[in-house]
Amino acid sequence: MAGQADLQVSLATPEASPLQRTQDAGMAIWIFFRRYPVGAVGGVMLLLITVVAVFAGVFSPHDPLYVDFLSLGAAPSATYLLGTDYEGRDILSRIIYGGRVSLQVSVLSVLLGSTIGALWGIASAFLGGRFDIISQRVVEIVMSFPALVLAMVLLVALGGGIWTVIIAIAVTRLPYGVRVIRSVALSVKELAYVDAARAMGASNFRIMAKHIAPQCFAAYVVLATAHLGAAIVIEASLGFLGVGITPPTPSWGNMLGGVIANTYKPIWWLVVFPGLAISITVLSFNLLGDALRDALDPKLRGR
Amino acid sequence: MLLKYIGRRLLYSIPGLIGITIIIFLALRILPGDPLAILYGEGGRENLTAADIAEIKRQLGIDRPLYIQYADWMKDVFTGKMGESFWRGDSVSELIIRRGPLTAEIAVVAVLVSWIIGLPVGILGAIKQNSVADYVSRFLTIIFLAVPSFWVAILVVVVSLLAFNYRPPLGIIQIWEDPFTNLQIVIAPGIVLGLATSAYIARMARTTLLEVIRDDYVRTARAKGLPERLVVLRHALRNALLPVLTLSGVLFGLLLGGSVAVETAFTVPGLGTALVQAFTERDFVVVQNLVLLYGIIFVLVNLSIDVMYAVLDPRIRYD
Repeated sequence: MAGQADLQVSLATPEASPLQRTQDAGMAIWIFFRRYPVGAVGGVMLLLITVVAVFAGVFSPHDPLYVDFLSLGAAPSATYLLGTDYEGRDILSRIIYGGRVSLQVSVLSVLLGSTIGALWGIASAFLGGRFDIISQRVVEIVMSFPALVLAMVLLVALGGGIWTVIIAIAVTRLPYGVRVIRSVALSVKELAYVDAARAMGASNFRIMAKHIAPQCFAAYVVLATAHLGAAIVIEASLGFLGVGITPPTPSWGNMLGGVIANTYKPIWWLVVFPGLAISITVLSFNLLGDALRDALDPKLRGR
Repeated sequence: MLLKYIGRRLLYSIPGLIGITIIIFLALRILPGDPLAILYGEGGRENLTAADIAEIKRQLGIDRPLYIQYADWMKDVFTGKMGESFWRGDSVSELIIRRGPLTAEIAVVAVLVSWIIGLPVGILGAIKQNSVADYVSRFLTIIFLAVPSFWVAILVVVVSLLAFNYRPPLGIIQIWEDPFTNLQIVIAPGIVLGLATSAYIARMARTTLLEVIRDDYVRTARAKGLPERLVVLRHALRNALLPVLTLSGVLFGLLLGGSVAVETAFTVPGLGTALVQAFTERDFVVVQNLVLLYGIIFVLVNLSIDVMYAVLDPRIRYD
């Protein structure tokens, strides 16, 4: 395979981009900003979103659970900047606190799914043989379920709660980790220094952990960033369908869920703002992810 | 030759299909979680007498050993009945026959829209690389990749209600009963899903066409004086389309999942809403068989794409 040969070259020669060569983190960020301004914009937006979500208590003007009986479904005003929902709760505050839940779920589920997937992929590539064949088959089977449907099945089996949502989404991300990292590990495994390590009597575990895993790290970062957006959308869809994070805890998805039950008298601000929050966050993840992919893993471009 | 290839591909997909049934079965039966507590709630379960519990377990068939339950399910699937809804007693195959056509129509509309919009946009971006049109289409692609389709669906419902006081007809109206009403039900969800998918198609078409357009054989076609339009349409596109076709198969899974949420947003009584309803009612038999159906459809769609691929690409051998 020509692709694999190219990948070896890009890993082994100093012709890698200046970003890959630099050791200084500050320098790396600076180069990234200069070369990928669009991706950097995505990164900055994510930083802002994260800060607001983490310090939700500081930024939100009201208590997200507080019910104002005097303004049920109130239009955006000076008191309630983005209006209130049917129960009279401040939408802006719910979006801010909901962001905390949505980000938490997506980041943890992707970390969990991609990490286990990556480790599995490395083992699958390195050990080969029957383990590899069975692993690939299992991955293929898991991938033949629509992600949303698979997550729903797991949720119905595991019951509710934030951790079950995280696990359910993580399982849908797992196969991608196995596939992508396995393909990288397959080419790394053939490099001369891995043979050298083996000749020195290193154990399988040591070779995988010390020699193969670090080379897969760039691909892992690209992969994880690329899937954060998808995780946000799955979480939102689950919440919207009423099987994800359960109210009254706000999440961007379950804020949209109530809208459908009340479409005889829809309120536009209840529909528009949570959806905008989802879209902007996913957009930021995608912009950053695309730039990271171009910067760290040019071979994956366009996939 | 081709028939033999199709037959062999069908045979190869059997272990995968069995794997799908096993995963569904394991997920719903082995994972922690007491079906009775889920059905009746923690409080409701305590009000049941031991005899009630035994009776309900017998009705659900969960008092028997796992392998017998699995064999029973397989028997149900192969006799075409696919079990009965716990709450309503109608068989799942009836449910599929009644509600399936709507979902199938939505999927067809969505795939058509994704190609009709995605392909020209991708081609335009590739042949006029870095032009204004390319930047605009890439910008729109990035936006559409980020906007969740179910939100667009809610927006469409709410806007048509607020601005035109219009809401699509409710109920299951098949295309052979009343085509006009039927189209009003399926067209909007189909277009919304298709738009979401078209962004992926456009991006892929642009990338592959950009690669192919630099190939030697395309240069030869140009060198012999063919008009650019023919070079692209007849030579480059043919090869560039293959990865797009494969992607379309992968995206079909996204489309099936997306249709669940989009159908719910439009309150279309298709398979997706049936699935959501079964989930909220904890109707295990319905869930298990509908999810199996989604898995089978995905596998079959991708199998037919592989076959199309083999027909379109002479480099792929049938053996």
